[in-house]
Amino acid sequence: MRYALLIYDDIEIRDRTPLDERRRITEAVLGVLERPDVTGWLRLQDVETATTVRREKGRALLTDGPFVDSKDYLGGFVVVEAENLDGALAVADELQGLRPWGAIEVRPVREEPGVVA
Amino acid sequence: MLEHLFREEWGRVLASLVGFLGDIELAEDAAQEAFAIAAERWPRDGAPDNPTGWLIMTARNRAIDRIRRERTLAVKTEQLGRELREQPEETMGETATFPDERLELIFTCCHPALALDAQVGLTLRTLGGLSTEEIARAFLVPFETMSKRLTRAKHKIRDAGIPFAVPPDHLLPERLDAVLAVIYLIFNEGWGGDRVDLSAEAIRLSRSLVELMPDEAEAHALLALMLIGQARSAARFRGGELVLLDDQDRSLWDQRQIVEGRALLERAVALRGNGPYVVQAAIADLHLREPRDWEEIVLLYERLELITGSPVVTMNRAIAVAELEGLQAGLLLLEDLELDDYRYYHSTRADLLRRLGRDDEAGAAYGRALELTQPGPEQRFLEGRLADVRRGSARSS
Repeated sequence: MRYALLIYDDIEIRDRTPLDERRRITEAVLGVLERPDVTGWLRLQDVETATTVRREKGRALLTDGPFVDSKDYLGGFVVVEAENLDGALAVADELQGLRPWGAIEVRPVREEPGVVA
Repeated sequence: MLEHLFREEWGRVLASLVGFLGDIELAEDAAQEAFAIAAERWPRDGAPDNPTGWLIMTARNRAIDRIRRERTLAVKTEQLGRELREQPEETMGETATFPDERLELIFTCCHPALALDAQVGLTLRTLGGLSTEEIARAFLVPFETMSKRLTRAKHKIRDAGIPFAVPPDHLLPERLDAVLAVIYLIFNEGWGGDRVDLSAEAIRLSRSLVELMPDEAEAHALLALMLIGQARSAARFRGGELVLLDDQDRSLWDQRQIVEGRALLERAVALRGNGPYVVQAAIADLHLREPRDWEEIVLLYERLELITGSPVVTMNRAIAVAELEGLQAGLLLLEDLELDDYRYYHSTRADLLRRLGRDDEAGAAYGRALELTQPGPEQRFLEGRLADVRRGSARSS
């Protein structure tokens, strides 16, 4: 099965962390991302760059900022191939062990075609 | 009689079907159908030689028929068809033996990715064979709530790929802890309640676990702990009123359960067990012996405190320290424990204050305990004590 690991960051702790420490963490995380069980990943620009699109009365309504406004934000996601949830949780735990902040949400990927939310 | 057999067989049959079908809901429907057919046929034609095998086989066949009927599950049919073709026809008779897959099912139901209340409900439903209705009543929630909770958990198991497997060695200790916690929670939920006999249910589940994991010390210890507790159940109430351990009629204790509990505890120690359930069972055992060895009890609580770091354990140590070193020493340990929402914390403090003759403070503590207690024997007991200390403080003022 494929699982999406949604990587949540904490703005306050992130801003407190010195830049060279953040670079070191990124290096360590990239080490995991290069493994064969990781089938894809995206790192997102800082949450301050987010724009949320809604539709109201037939017209686009844009708001500056993420859909869920909190000090925790989605920083990126990783797709892993694992036999079952335990396999995906192990990768999430390994990644989280490299980061001093935030949390990782693990979601199974919907594989059946043709169903659009 | 048939009903009894069905309760015994339900977990085995269901576990085997979950292993085969990979889906708890499908497995439940199929198992229910098979049991219904058995209930109709067996009294008329006699039970088959291998009732478990017959039930599993019949349920499998029903499930396959049903999946074939439902076109939306075409993919599954193909998968199952493949598996069936791989299995030679002659092994499919009713004499076939199926591996016991209850252990896999327990670990699935108690997977930490499920909410604790869902783990508990699901374990009682799938392995205990209780109906959703019974589980809802046992936990005092509406039927609809429990039904939704179970359905949601079953869907998460299927959609998130929660494994149907005994966890690998590196995950086993932590996952086994989760299973033991679920069983012990079921036991404690039944303690003192007059609903479905959840304590007996927990003991049944625990027995299966010991049978399935004969080398796990903590599994033995949990069963020992529960049996030693359960042994005193007949003596805990007299005429519907709570009776404290020291006042209990020891002839009402179930010696068979005590003997079995002690043997299990010895086995756990022989397996080099030193986990939290081994320590708790040892403490429970010491409480039954006379005179009570408070020094040893205090030592064991200290060990348990190191393992669990729980303030409830510190509270229990304080009770033992009060006996060993004096009421004042016990009371001192209770200070600053963060247990303001725990009724036994306040009733424990109240008891020490009462025995120290500090009736006003005892009264306040009994009052706080009562705010946290449901109507029933415990409430009446505390009300009695509160009335006593109020009389005491009226005399002294």
